[in-house]
Amino acid sequence: MTLSVDVRRLVGSLQLDASFAVESGETVAVVGPNGAGKTSLLRMIAGLSAADEGRITWNGTVWDDASSGEFVSPEQRPVSYVFQDHALIPHLNVLNNVAFGVRANGGRRRVARERATRALTDVGSLELADRMPSELSGGESQTVAIARALATDPKLMLFDEPFAALDAGARAQARRLFASMSNESLARILVTHDAVDALTLADRIIALESGSIVQVGTPSELLATPRSHFVAEILGFNPMSGELSGDQLSIGTMILTVGAHEAPDGSVIAIIRPRSVSLHRSRPEGSPRNVWRTSITTVDRTSDRVRVQLGAPLHIAVEVTPAGFEALLTDTGEDLWASVKASEIAVHPA
Amino acid sequence: MSRRDRHDARTPIVILSLGIVAVAFFVLPLVALAIRVPWSSLFDALGNDATIEALLLSVITSLITTVLAVIFGVPLAWLLARSNLPGRQTIRGLCTLSMVLPPVVAGVALLASLGRRGVVGQILDDWFGVRLPFTMPAVIVAQLFVAMPFLVLTVESGFARSSMTVEEAARTLGATPWYVFSRVTIPATRPAIVAGAVLTWARALGEFGATITFAGNFPGATRTLPIATYLALETNVDDALLISMLMVILSLIILVALRGRWVGAIGGVR
Repeated sequence: MTLSVDVRRLVGSLQLDASFAVESGETVAVVGPNGAGKTSLLRMIAGLSAADEGRITWNGTVWDDASSGEFVSPEQRPVSYVFQDHALIPHLNVLNNVAFGVRANGGRRRVARERATRALTDVGSLELADRMPSELSGGESQTVAIARALATDPKLMLFDEPFAALDAGARAQARRLFASMSNESLARILVTHDAVDALTLADRIIALESGSIVQVGTPSELLATPRSHFVAEILGFNPMSGELSGDQLSIGTMILTVGAHEAPDGSVIAIIRPRSVSLHRSRPEGSPRNVWRTSITTVDRTSDRVRVQLGAPLHIAVEVTPAGFEALLTDTGEDLWASVKASEIAVHPA
Repeated sequence: MSRRDRHDARTPIVILSLGIVAVAFFVLPLVALAIRVPWSSLFDALGNDATIEALLLSVITSLITTVLAVIFGVPLAWLLARSNLPGRQTIRGLCTLSMVLPPVVAGVALLASLGRRGVVGQILDDWFGVRLPFTMPAVIVAQLFVAMPFLVLTVESGFARSSMTVEEAARTLGATPWYVFSRVTIPATRPAIVAGAVLTWARALGEFGATITFAGNFPGATRTLPIATYLALETNVDDALLISMLMVILSLIILVALRGRWVGAIGGVR
């Protein structure tokens, strides 16, 4: 099945103009800065707004055609939408929220409850069934929103910044859930302003800037030929090619330990955020499992953080606070050690 | 505990004094009423057929008014809060003007429109032989005209506060606009609807000016409790005091029974 989008719409002062296709089994990330038109695009695909010009089709069936006036309303599209604020219905408990879609489609109460129970089990949150939305944490309500979106058996799922509102722990869990949901009969569109999420979770990336698509491609293609601010930003996140085997990642001569991930063994793209690396004058004690001896090649102090380029064995950029950098300079230790937590290394199939 | 501790240091003395005067102003009439009521003849008054008649008429008409206000007012409130109807501000103004109008003027306006020689009333009379003024339905029309705006405004602000995103989420899950309205929007707005209905009912129960102007004063048909009270004041003061006390107690029961939802929904705290 193919979703085919070719639309224009004026959103405030922004002229949105996008043309692309998404296939079943595929996860496409739409990335770009705030105000680029990402959410407006999702709303048109869901049927919550209409295109000024152009058309949207699903496997040849017209959903929206500005020239003929054809428009399929949101409840009739096999699409489900996970909203940024989760949009749980406040007066229904978790089970009834998840069962809502089945009920709305005319399903009997018993059937709806069974489906809701199954969807909650699938996301591993059945124990939340009797709670009210106001009693859930951000991560829990996110998980429930995903279960609710899954319960209607959608063919296309739209996610609007699903990880943005979560704290760090819940975010890692939500990413794992997202990665594990992938299946052959489901197309997914993930809107995010987080470069790393797009790179690690999507099969293809659409980079949107000021309403227009500036680049489309697989994560490796985008990294090979960056053509947008967004991709340039990813390059600042130290993307590297490596080989994954279990939780061991080899990059050149380095072997790093990575945290929980969904990537199969083999070639991967690994990302280490510059801020997640710590620098020390002597070998650090304690938790970080990835510690190596290195040297500094260049220092850039032009921004509010100091950006340090490391030499062999791992040529990556590291960002530290000015105070942290001063402390490093005045420390009497002879060596330079770098460390990064296993959970801070993101890996994605290349 | 010292006196200083018991005194809330943040309350300026001027505000405290004026506030206490305001409280006294509200409480004094109620206390005076309770003192003057001939409690011993309470049951005699309740056995008075004319009083019972007026009481029943008031309760029945005000309840019918409340039901009608909900049936027509909730959709109107939705249109004002959610639709992109042109001239919404003007429509809201016209539909809530009767709330601030002197009730007698409201009654005169009703006579001009629905009276026997009124713009519409004449047609009703000529074509269908229906004469509204000075009948029980006229009491309901008068009450509805002045009381429904309370429901419309309260429910409108309830609709404005309920989340559009939640409604959109429901649409994407397969719910038709009507399903969303009945299963998502209305339950989310229920506190505001209850609050609006109570305000409407209270206003309808106390209606006097528009009723006596448009519906007149016929025992058993249009003589409601407030009108009966006013008339009793000229013939039998004790009866007037008793009926008044009856209404105070009735209002108090409602207020206490609903205080959480009522105050919360109006104050916008929920």
